[in-house]
Amino acid sequence: MDIFAKYAEVRARHARLLEAGADPFGQRIDEIRSATEAVVDGRPTILLGTNNYLGLTFDPACREAAAKAALEQGTGTTGSRVANGTYGLHQQVEAGFRRFFDRRHAIVFTTGYQANLATISALAGPEDVILSDADNHASIWDGCRLAEAETFTFRHNDPDHLDKRLTRLADRPGCRLIVVEGLYSMRGDTAPLADFVAVKERHPNAWLLVDEAHSTGVYGAHGRGVGEALGCEKGIDFIVGTFSKSLAGTGGFAVSDHPDFELLRLTAKPYMFAASPTPSSMASTGEALRQIETRPALREAIWANARRLHEGLARSGFTLCAGVGPVVAVRMPDVETTVAAWNALIRAGVYVNFAIPPGTPGGLCLLRCSVSAAHTAGQIDQVIERFAEVASLPA
Amino acid sequence: MAQQVEPQVLALLERYNPKKIEVTRETALGDDLNIDSVAAMDVVMEIEDMFEIDVPINQVADLRTVGDLVDLVRRQVEKD
Repeated sequence: MDIFAKYAEVRARHARLLEAGADPFGQRIDEIRSATEAVVDGRPTILLGTNNYLGLTFDPACREAAAKAALEQGTGTTGSRVANGTYGLHQQVEAGFRRFFDRRHAIVFTTGYQANLATISALAGPEDVILSDADNHASIWDGCRLAEAETFTFRHNDPDHLDKRLTRLADRPGCRLIVVEGLYSMRGDTAPLADFVAVKERHPNAWLLVDEAHSTGVYGAHGRGVGEALGCEKGIDFIVGTFSKSLAGTGGFAVSDHPDFELLRLTAKPYMFAASPTPSSMASTGEALRQIETRPALREAIWANARRLHEGLARSGFTLCAGVGPVVAVRMPDVETTVAAWNALIRAGVYVNFAIPPGTPGGLCLLRCSVSAAHTAGQIDQVIERFAEVASLPA
Repeated sequence: MAQQVEPQVLALLERYNPKKIEVTRETALGDDLNIDSVAAMDVVMEIEDMFEIDVPINQVADLRTVGDLVDLVRRQVEKD
């Protein structure tokens, strides 16, 4: 029996996509010119699907910090944090996250994916239960699978449903770990975190973990995420995030005030058995964090661009999945229209993300845009024009 | 309660059966009813509220057929 036989349907679906044009899941970028511009198939292309929210991938200070670290400390650490992979840089960046989030403890991870795997799987033991929002990211679900706790789902952004769940599970021993995201990356909607905090506080032995991967640097007066924006940070026990969005690098982090949080370093396998982040990644992330702390204009710029794109697409008649925010998800009527529109946009010099079922929340077909502080108003206007020209309006 | 599981689950699945195929215990949730992993979570959440039960997510991932789903719900109903 062919070991790949189980993927026959995946292969067939992908083949159908390729018949319609380019591969939305394998688009090559030939030349990257800036945080918002690239050359794709010989065409200048506006990048509108990179999660590069603050545009810091091309920030001169971040690039210099990365290059200097690579030159002075090498290209990799070749070891995990519990062996030879803890450098002064890792601890400096952890201190930066403690300062930024005003938390007692911070741990960095090699990827954002591993930050969720490590934190969730280490926090939730066999006697505990995990309560996970139905729209959570794959890294959260895999963290739940890796944990020995049983996981239960509650309806997306529905604190009442969570409350009901926790009530039904009241007789179970152990702790309850509630896991939600601040900003959901596909639809671009935010979580009612203050309501989730209130539910958590009504139930004994309940703890709240919030993944602020897409909201760090963008939401809140200081960029600490949706929890800060909604004024409920202190009710959040654990915050997890990534370097690969606003922080413009590769890696992840988790912060907490829990006095024993550092025990994760001795219990979380994705932390203990993975090579630590490279010196260049640590150095650029540390610099990006300083930029977020000292340049509030970056947040003003991304919100201005988000409003411009949201209003322009709405005015053109497109259905958007959420209010104004850094993720603008355009709802399309069906798979065929989504495929045709994505191909038309890439040929017209606009790169957006492509999402069709299976696996999308609510079975939605989406053209997902993410805005950057580095986009110019002219680029946003061009994107709106291209959308109006080439993407069929949903019926 | 356990005897009512199968007809109630079949009734709920009708909403996921736009082509109105005949649904039996052998009907595949994915290939026949087009219920992917995300939709399966929605189905199970509805069933959980209907029967006041809690189904761990790892058991949802193992579901292949309508019969698997009915048996899982029946086990949880009898347990609770």
